[in-house]
Amino acid sequence: MSNTTKTLAVAGAVAAALAAQMTVPAHAQAKEKCFGVSLAGENDCAAGPGTTCAGTSTVDYQGNAWTLVDAGTCADIELPAMADGTARMGSLEELDRDLPA
Amino acid sequence: MTVSQSDFRAALLDPKAQRPSGLSDGKGDNAGRRFDVYRNNVAVSLTEALETAFPVVAKLVGTQNFKTLAGAFLRAHPPASPLMMFYGSELPAFIAAFPPTREIGYLPDVARLELALRQSYHAADAQPINPAVLETTPTETLMASRVGLAPSLRLIRSPWPIHAIWRFNMVEGAAKPEMAAEDIAVLRMEFDPEPVLLGPGMADFVEALTNGRALGEAVESASLSPDFDLGRTLALLLAHECIISIGEMT
Amino acid sequence: MLDTTTQRFERLPDAPGVGYKPQHFQDIASDPGPVGWLEIHAENYMGSGGRPLAQLRHLAERFPFSVHGVGLSIGGEDRLDPEHLARLKHLVDWLKPASFSEHLAWSTHESAFLNDLLPLPYTEATLARVADHIDEVQDTLGRRMLLENPSSYLAFDESTMAETQFLQEVARKTGCGLLLDVNNVFVSATNLATDPVSYIDAFPLDLVGEIHLGGHDEDEDDHGAPLLIDSHGREVADPVWTLYEHTIRKAGPLPTLIEWDNNVPEWPALEAEAVRAARVLQSTPA
Repeated sequence: MSNTTKTLAVAGAVAAALAAQMTVPAHAQAKEKCFGVSLAGENDCAAGPGTTCAGTSTVDYQGNAWTLVDAGTCADIELPAMADGTARMGSLEELDRDLPA
Repeated sequence: MTVSQSDFRAALLDPKAQRPSGLSDGKGDNAGRRFDVYRNNVAVSLTEALETAFPVVAKLVGTQNFKTLAGAFLRAHPPASPLMMFYGSELPAFIAAFPPTREIGYLPDVARLELALRQSYHAADAQPINPAVLETTPTETLMASRVGLAPSLRLIRSPWPIHAIWRFNMVEGAAKPEMAAEDIAVLRMEFDPEPVLLGPGMADFVEALTNGRALGEAVESASLSPDFDLGRTLALLLAHECIISIGEMT
Repeated sequence: MLDTTTQRFERLPDAPGVGYKPQHFQDIASDPGPVGWLEIHAENYMGSGGRPLAQLRHLAERFPFSVHGVGLSIGGEDRLDPEHLARLKHLVDWLKPASFSEHLAWSTHESAFLNDLLPLPYTEATLARVADHIDEVQDTLGRRMLLENPSSYLAFDESTMAETQFLQEVARKTGCGLLLDVNNVFVSATNLATDPVSYIDAFPLDLVGEIHLGGHDEDEDDHGAPLLIDSHGREVADPVWTLYEHTIRKAGPLPTLIEWDNNVPEWPALEAEAVRAARVLQSTPA
């Protein structure tokens, strides 16, 4: 593309972008889209749940602690293990295989 | 007998460790599980902070599994700063290496997207330009100009369909994700960040502008994608109040 | 001398305040009831912009603010985090709150922030350290701060002085004021089997610039003894109201905060607590 052609293309694009602004006022597109971000990770000075709860149990994800009982929405998403479609070396394939379809 | 804060801290984060000695119930008996109040406060408050910060990751792996993930993460990476609003920046890398999650290839990028949404929410405010400036600036000048983008803008480029995955978990009735690489811009109009799926070349364009390249150079870089649409890209950025300055290159 | 002339509100009013939660923004902006001031946790307003700071900017036009830090780790063995102190100064210089307060506790050690208010023993050594840290905060901020008594779940064998004595000494050395959390007094006294009224009677009430009231949960220790947890997740308990009435009778009216951080209710429930505090404050001649 020559410089002149490029300039013309950009001028056309700018005009198109501005025309789009005219037809759809920016604030009309503003819907409430908070998705709970607002409260994420607030500091406070309250104490937690006392003496008995999961906070004192040891972290054991090798055993039964990591269960697929409530496997979450991962189970509904059918995507390969890797983006290029291959499985990883030495993978814990049972994780994917055991997910309910 | 003195209890150092190192001893206290070590026992807080390791449930298998002995509780520090030298602590009592005030009536002459050992403090015993009274110490666990602090253990729980630390583990539970950090877990809850991660749950509110990464709702989609939590939905994907399930609540109970997420608690296990959070428990392992918070012990490996306790917060380095008192600002809980930014806690979890190491979570994507942790997920990629954590044995139970490392097979879920898209999960680290979903976590990156959720981090970006939070960073965007707390980013500095900026006044958008009046779009008329684009009209009054000669195109040649415009092409040589630097385009300032809002500090709340974040770019996530993924080999995974993370926008679709995010929507599947956050938007009622959203379609099931299908395999595709996706670029996402987090755009914040006024105060509410929104993940927006980008078309071909758009991420290259935004990336070039973010790196301080002139508009003409950014167009060139984006045009390597034959379907790049500059008009649509500018319209998107203007509509989301993301262009905050048009200036000369310094 | 500290220059307070630039402060919008020089001190908190002797009225009820509430811990500000973003979900109550509309309610507070339209009808705050008896609520005369608001408190925020400093760390939640240390971002660069966005809605949190915009809401604060708006509310600060109408309400005196108290900035309550939860992450400075004043009781820590390590030096204060200079970056965090700088962020705090930035916030306080911008908002110009009527009051700044922090806790007699630690939360950061060896660069890890543990997101909890952790206890310290009361000895000459810890007294000197806390006083040094408060001097540094007050010098940096250019203003007097208030220090809050903690909730205790256990005691340190090595402690050599009572908490009231420790706080009084800190205030004497540094010139800081005190924040008296009446729920914390009740929680600690129950947990360590001491008398909460004696604690209030031993407390230097003339140094108190603010009172906190919050709800607690009930648990028990290994021996089945009651162990109260400072959960801020419900109404203020009746015996804590009684202890508060005792305190106000002795000290006169004081700015009184209702803290509700967990299971945050709809505005009317929080406002009802403020109404109850207002009744106590009004029953006492200033």
